[in-house]
Amino acid sequence: MTPTNTDPEVVVSPRQKKAARLAEAASGGLKIILLKIVLLGIVDAIAVYALFVLVLKDEWLVAAIVAVVTLVVNWIYFSHRAIPAKYLTPGLIFLLIFQVFVIAYTGYIGFTNYGTGHNSDKDQAVQALMSSARERVPDSVTYRVTVVESLEGLGLLVTDPDGEVSVGTATSPLTEVDNAEIDSNVAVSVPGYTSLSFQDVLQRQGEVFDLEVPVSDDPNDGVLRTGDGSSANIYLSSLIYDEQADTMTDAETGVVYSDSGTGAFTSESGEELLPGWRITVGFDNFARAFGEESIRGPLINVTIWTIMFALLSVASTFLLGMFLAIVFNDKRMKGRKFYRIIMILPYAFPAFLSALVWAGMLNERFGFVNEVLFGGADIPWLTDPVLAKISILVVNLWLGFPYMFLVATGALQSISDDVVEAATVDGAKPWQVFRLIKLPLVLVTMAPILISSFAFNFNNFNLIYMLTGGGPRDTSAGINVGATDILISMVYKVAFTGQFRDYGLASAFTIIIFILVAVIAVVSFRKTKMLEDLN
Amino acid sequence: MSAVTTRSGATVPTKRTFSFGRWFHATGWRHLVGLVLIVFSLFPLLYVLSASLNPVGSLTGSNALFSNIGFGAYERLFNDPSQPFGAWFINTMVIAFVTAVLTVFMGALAAYSFSRMRFAGRRFGLMTIVLVQMFPQLLAVVAIFLLMNTISDWFPAIGINTHIGVIMVYLGGALGVNTYLMYGFFNTVPKDIDEAAKIDGASHARIFFTIILRLVAPILAVVGLLSFITTTNEFVVASIVLIDPEKQTLAVGLYKLISNPNYADWGAFSAGAIIAALPVTILFLFLQKYIVGGLTAGAVK
Repeated sequence: MTPTNTDPEVVVSPRQKKAARLAEAASGGLKIILLKIVLLGIVDAIAVYALFVLVLKDEWLVAAIVAVVTLVVNWIYFSHRAIPAKYLTPGLIFLLIFQVFVIAYTGYIGFTNYGTGHNSDKDQAVQALMSSARERVPDSVTYRVTVVESLEGLGLLVTDPDGEVSVGTATSPLTEVDNAEIDSNVAVSVPGYTSLSFQDVLQRQGEVFDLEVPVSDDPNDGVLRTGDGSSANIYLSSLIYDEQADTMTDAETGVVYSDSGTGAFTSESGEELLPGWRITVGFDNFARAFGEESIRGPLINVTIWTIMFALLSVASTFLLGMFLAIVFNDKRMKGRKFYRIIMILPYAFPAFLSALVWAGMLNERFGFVNEVLFGGADIPWLTDPVLAKISILVVNLWLGFPYMFLVATGALQSISDDVVEAATVDGAKPWQVFRLIKLPLVLVTMAPILISSFAFNFNNFNLIYMLTGGGPRDTSAGINVGATDILISMVYKVAFTGQFRDYGLASAFTIIIFILVAVIAVVSFRKTKMLEDLN
Repeated sequence: MSAVTTRSGATVPTKRTFSFGRWFHATGWRHLVGLVLIVFSLFPLLYVLSASLNPVGSLTGSNALFSNIGFGAYERLFNDPSQPFGAWFINTMVIAFVTAVLTVFMGALAAYSFSRMRFAGRRFGLMTIVLVQMFPQLLAVVAIFLLMNTISDWFPAIGINTHIGVIMVYLGGALGVNTYLMYGFFNTVPKDIDEAAKIDGASHARIFFTIILRLVAPILAVVGLLSFITTTNEFVVASIVLIDPEKQTLAVGLYKLISNPNYADWGAFSAGAIIAALPVTILFLFLQKYIVGGLTAGAVK
């Protein structure tokens, strides 16, 4: 067998292929095969469990995907072909779920009204609305119940005053059963459900109190709730849902709320019942981002600052790093190692901590910089829009120059002495040698690093969020955004901080960022021909 | 001119008699630059060290450097049940370690196949890896949160508020810049070695696990460490996925501890910062030679 057999570029005969496969299998060893079977067994067991749960929850599409992926994985590892796939599959699965899928999902969310008050689908919104408006019916019948549990969660086994027995859970309404075990006129257990003991009920009090079992498919019939785990009462909602007309009527005021296509029941006067539900809103989020003055203004400012911040950070760290690399690249100089270690320290210290430490030092009233260095002055380092930007750039210089120094030193040392010598012999002055020979060579090697540094700073969330929190806040803006926010911190704040979480708008911003990044990537890759180096 | 620089200057080997002017022109000014640099680099670190040793917790109290030495801040840090620092520390170390090991393993597997095998889609795969770096996961944070929320509904054990959940999200980045770094290093290992092993009858798996992995150990260490540091620093995903205080990581916990600098216990934070930074910083300093090599390996070919 020749070693090139696995290489498809070389033409091989079927016999050779077969021989290669045999050799491959023979060299595997029993232990390795056993290990493979055990590992795949674990994967398959988990997959089967996942399928079981997903099918119970009626998630057929996801279940189908899990099944297909599991089959493919099994095929890949049992087959004697597909060798590259054996090595790529583990990382690829995570990449596909947590990078590729989430990017596509972001694209979808950007076209919805997903956010606070619009978290779920319409059925759940109807349930939530009715549940929040539910009250116990005065003087209603009391049912004897037993708390039971099934795979769907907790449920109630109900014996009504006539002796009829039925069972239901939060997701499936009461259905009559006739095979329950009765003890002193109360049903205590039924096949398919585990009855909770008194102790269990005490332990899971919170869950039991929150449990609402619908009486029938019609939400207007109300739900059963139990206060003590042994008796239950009917709770009815003051909102009445009319499934045919698709309206909610408030029984007390008589106001009719209807589904007007905005993702919430809306009255004629425009009053919305929240929670609403998630709908696709098309380009509404983008229209808001570009159309509403109070969002467009901040968005443009933030975009400009993001690009400026990334460019200035790369430029300043590169210049300082490069300068220091030249200064300390003189072999005659003593103690270079010592300086080098000191310089690496800011880079070795975890960045999020550095940013927080600097935030303390730059504190306007109590910080070290104002108190000690400026003799008690009140300079608003982090609360004045312009000073805050400067502070961020200085702190980022502190964080980033060691990296550039290290890389630039490496690049300088890889320049051969002959080139420099030849130039010197030809009469070049040191500055000329640097400008015309060393710098271009260093730039060529450092171009990819400068690009990735730009990309990193473009999304340098930690620095911004830890140092200024994006502030000082722009009070005229329609969203939670400040003078030093970059795009990514703005997305985070719109989506996760503040009272109203607007996932839809945040995702629309993300899509805008994606397009920006893609344009920058294409341009910079073209310029540096980085991708063409791959072989 | 300070004494330090002249002293080190005096040892400059010159055959001629020592001239301060000549020495200063050649290397002395470099030490001046170095001095400025030492102050700039070390100052915030000395400040946080001093603040952590100061029993007074306020920001103002921390301004007189090393005036007041005591371990009060460290005691407060570990004795406040509302800030479970010990749990944060352990959580961070566990999450970062597991993520680093799995990232290295999956990245190395991929790098091996890219470096040693020729298959359809190989170039496309490599390009994708380079391009994916341009679109960090962070950007899709909303979708990650909603995805984890959905997973929670199905499998609470790996969803929101679980360490496995966070680690899974981090592993989404396993095939990224790391694989590219490793790919470059794998290519420097001569192919003759695995070809010789192949002739002796070794399978691809055996070659990978017993030969290649040992030869590329330095880059594995570098990538592992970089991944460890990145994970330790990670805030966004950790802050949205981990909800209970005792489940959170150092980045999230310490940020909350200090989020209002005017009222925060600055001493306790500084003590926490020192403890949190120690493992990472020490590891980094020990391995810095390799790290620098690794950082440039991808770029300088």
